[in-house]
Amino acid sequence: MMYWNTWSDFFAMGGYALYVWGSIIVVAGFMVAEIILVRLRRKTVLRQIAAIGAPRTRRST
Amino acid sequence: MTTANMNNPISGAKESNRFHWFKYAAPNNFYDLAGRLIPWVTVIAVLLTIVGMYIGFFVAPTDFQQGDAYRIIFLHVPAAWMSMFIYMVMAFWAALGLAFNTRMSSMMASALAPTGAMFTFLALWTGALWGRPTWGAWWVWDARLTSELILLFLYIGFMALQASIDDVRRADKAGALIALVGVINVPIIYFSVQWWNTLHQGSSINMKSAPTMAKTMLLGMLIMALAFWAYTIAITLYRARCIVLEREQQSDWVKAAGEKL
Repeated sequence: MMYWNTWSDFFAMGGYALYVWGSIIVVAGFMVAEIILVRLRRKTVLRQIAAIGAPRTRRST
Repeated sequence: MTTANMNNPISGAKESNRFHWFKYAAPNNFYDLAGRLIPWVTVIAVLLTIVGMYIGFFVAPTDFQQGDAYRIIFLHVPAAWMSMFIYMVMAFWAALGLAFNTRMSSMMASALAPTGAMFTFLALWTGALWGRPTWGAWWVWDARLTSELILLFLYIGFMALQASIDDVRRADKAGALIALVGVINVPIIYFSVQWWNTLHQGSSINMKSAPTMAKTMLLGMLIMALAFWAYTIAITLYRARCIVLEREQQSDWVKAAGEKL
């Protein structure tokens, strides 16, 4: 199934390496960054909730 | 009163199997459902990406006109489709939130915007990297590219406007207006290659005729489109859960859930 003869052929992309890999790296980079950002957002809000929730539960018990 | 009723803030009505959709309009029910869906959708996204990229880069042949530069299509077209589709979905939820004052709808619209903006930018970026070797220009002010750039500004405008208003319900309403006015731009992007003489090529697949590309190329592109769909669903549900928690911090169900959130 392998279309390329050698791995260096694959990385060269027929002379269009800059354009093809430049697309892939930036798309992958944005997706990874978005995943990291959204996880940080969740951590932040969970920390806020823990901060406001903790004293109240202590009072109620 | 049962605990099920107390957990359902939209109505005190009896729990019934018939009102599935409205059930998830309640942020706490949505939060649970999304939490259960995210792992599955994530697995689907990863698998589709692996298969799609494999077909695109190891199975699909080199294009006889564009050489291997055409392989950008496996990211460019799915990203461009998502940029338009997410906008429509965002406008749909925003309109629902505006019309019925349902909080969860507006939260979904807010959750979609950053991902839509990202795909719009990526469509423009991959387009520039494709345009340079095929047209000799990173950018031209043709109808397709310009209307896609306007889409990016609409997303940014939606997010900036929402961020600038402290009262979240008013921010939702203002954002919904931008989202709805901007919907007019989506068909303009889509049909721009037919309505005007553009440097951008016409669509490779449409409803009227057979696709003008090799089967493996088309297959790789469609699988990548599905992969981006799954990615969008997973990340949007995840972000929507964050928004639910941010807005519902003071509510009883969040406090009651505590560590289990």
